[in-house]
Amino acid sequence: MSIDLSGLASYGVFLLTLAAIYGVVSLALNVQWGMTGLFNIGIAGFYAIGAYCAAIVTTPPSPSHLGGLGLPFGVGLLVAMAVSGLVAFLVGLLTLKLREDYLAIATIGISEIIRLVLKNEDWIGNGVRGIAGIARPLSANPLVYLAVVLLVLAATYLAVERARKSPWGRVLRALRENELGAQAAGKNIYRFRMEAFVLGSMIMGLGGALYAHFIGFVSPEAFEPVFATFLVWVMLIAGGSGNNKGAVLGAFVIWLVWSGTELLTNQLPADYVTQGSALRVLLIGVLLQVILLRRPEGLLPEERPHVGASPASSAEAEDEA
Amino acid sequence: MDVTDLLQLAIYGVVLGSILTLGAIGVSLLFGILRFSNFAHGDIMTLGAYAAFAVVSILHTPVWLALPVGMIAGALVAVAADQLVYRRLRRTQPVILLISSFGMALIIRSLVQLIWGPQDRSFIKGIDMPMHFGDLMVSPQQLWILGGTIVIVIAVHLFLTRTRMGKAMRAMSDNMDLARVTGIDAEKVIIWTWALGGALAAAAGVFLALDTRLTPMMGWSALLPIFAAAILGGFGKPYGAIVGGMIIGVASEMSTAVLPPAYKPATAFAVMVIMLVVRPNGLLGARR
Repeated sequence: MSIDLSGLASYGVFLLTLAAIYGVVSLALNVQWGMTGLFNIGIAGFYAIGAYCAAIVTTPPSPSHLGGLGLPFGVGLLVAMAVSGLVAFLVGLLTLKLREDYLAIATIGISEIIRLVLKNEDWIGNGVRGIAGIARPLSANPLVYLAVVLLVLAATYLAVERARKSPWGRVLRALRENELGAQAAGKNIYRFRMEAFVLGSMIMGLGGALYAHFIGFVSPEAFEPVFATFLVWVMLIAGGSGNNKGAVLGAFVIWLVWSGTELLTNQLPADYVTQGSALRVLLIGVLLQVILLRRPEGLLPEERPHVGASPASSAEAEDEA
Repeated sequence: MDVTDLLQLAIYGVVLGSILTLGAIGVSLLFGILRFSNFAHGDIMTLGAYAAFAVVSILHTPVWLALPVGMIAGALVAVAADQLVYRRLRRTQPVILLISSFGMALIIRSLVQLIWGPQDRSFIKGIDMPMHFGDLMVSPQQLWILGGTIVIVIAVHLFLTRTRMGKAMRAMSDNMDLARVTGIDAEKVIIWTWALGGALAAAAGVFLALDTRLTPMMGWSALLPIFAAAILGGFGKPYGAIVGGMIIGVASEMSTAVLPPAYKPATAFAVMVIMLVVRPNGLLGARR
């Protein structure tokens, strides 16, 4: 019954799948920024690593790029996460002891270098021509893939939420709020930062892999690197950084707004259609400034522990943790 | 690859270094006073270059006459961004300003694209014959860039050392609280810092466009090497930015002797990372 999808419904499935993939990446950024205060603007780099890993691991052997190992979908996801995590570890070794600005600049540098390498080293991913023919798991039906992506999103949400409530998550928030205090309490802040950075980047790689299987094609320019990074930031801030529900909500809301602006710019006279994408970026840029000025805590603000809460509720909070 | 080729690359490096220097001085000054890295700096460069291009293409003036117009446009946009958005965010963490400037970068870039379109443009029509000095080649544009940068850097030096406002800027950069106690109007200094940084960025943009072409992405692509230069010189130290700019410029061009030219930004980045690890406060930076 779902085989004969009308155009609108199939567009809806397309939108939802991408929104859910962005939801995964937004959760990843929440681990790094929302929970730990690590400023990563190289999201697109880790996303690209994930996408290429998935492509190389799962496509059939090919002379035009690395591998074509022909392994299953799940293996691709794991490799994507492992390689993203490894790269994050190396970046972290160099930058996590430095000031936050330096981490920001270093991450943008890494993502730029990843893009340059993918573009210029043909043997890895066939250069600018990219890798095509990345199959979806189980079936080519977009509804099945939507279910797979939603399942991964739910699993990611549960894992990240569990991490947030754990003692580990509390240390992250402690060092975000007061680095010296956390250090004085005997926490090795460098180790905790590294764990959060690597975990977040692994999830970004996972998002990239999901994207590669959805679109079926990866190339260095397929992600609009800077813009993908920016969009994820807007999603997390709009949704409520520090709040995992907010991260997912933000991804869906901003993705719908972003797609909605496309409908808007399609109404433009033919002469201006080529300018449509610039207009959309402008709108999203302005939206971010308005959110930062008017509602910096986002749609679903971070739940903060209440000082002086009633004994009952604090006992409850302890149980949850 | 002989000595002449390397010297030729070094000349290109100094030209690129001049452009990076002008951008890095602004980034460094802004960081010194506002404690945040302005991610919109590259796109202010782009905007300045296009503003100068508009003057050249409408009024048919020479580029050097259009340069001040571009610089004023850069200054105005930087001050406007501050007054409309950054000023209201200053009380929050500096990182929020950083995110906001990232958004500002996209706003400015898409405005440039909306006004002037996505296609490449050029200040120079046709090909200008390069001048030969022995086996070395220098184009007239490159001489303009070098000369212009020297004049602007000297002007900035005089401004920072001889005028009340310049001294106030340096004082605020050294110690914000102490400067305020002595009666410096912090708000005014911040506005002037934005104006100066924006104007210098625009000049860097015009020079970059003279050396290559105008594209909406030109400034953003230059941002990474500019940050590298500012970090190398020690963030918050405008004089260090000159040294940093030159080192990054020459290193980037020299790297093409052994690496494909596409990896120029990667070289800048590698130099920066080595620097961050070895001396996190920059070449001229004090150990704090």
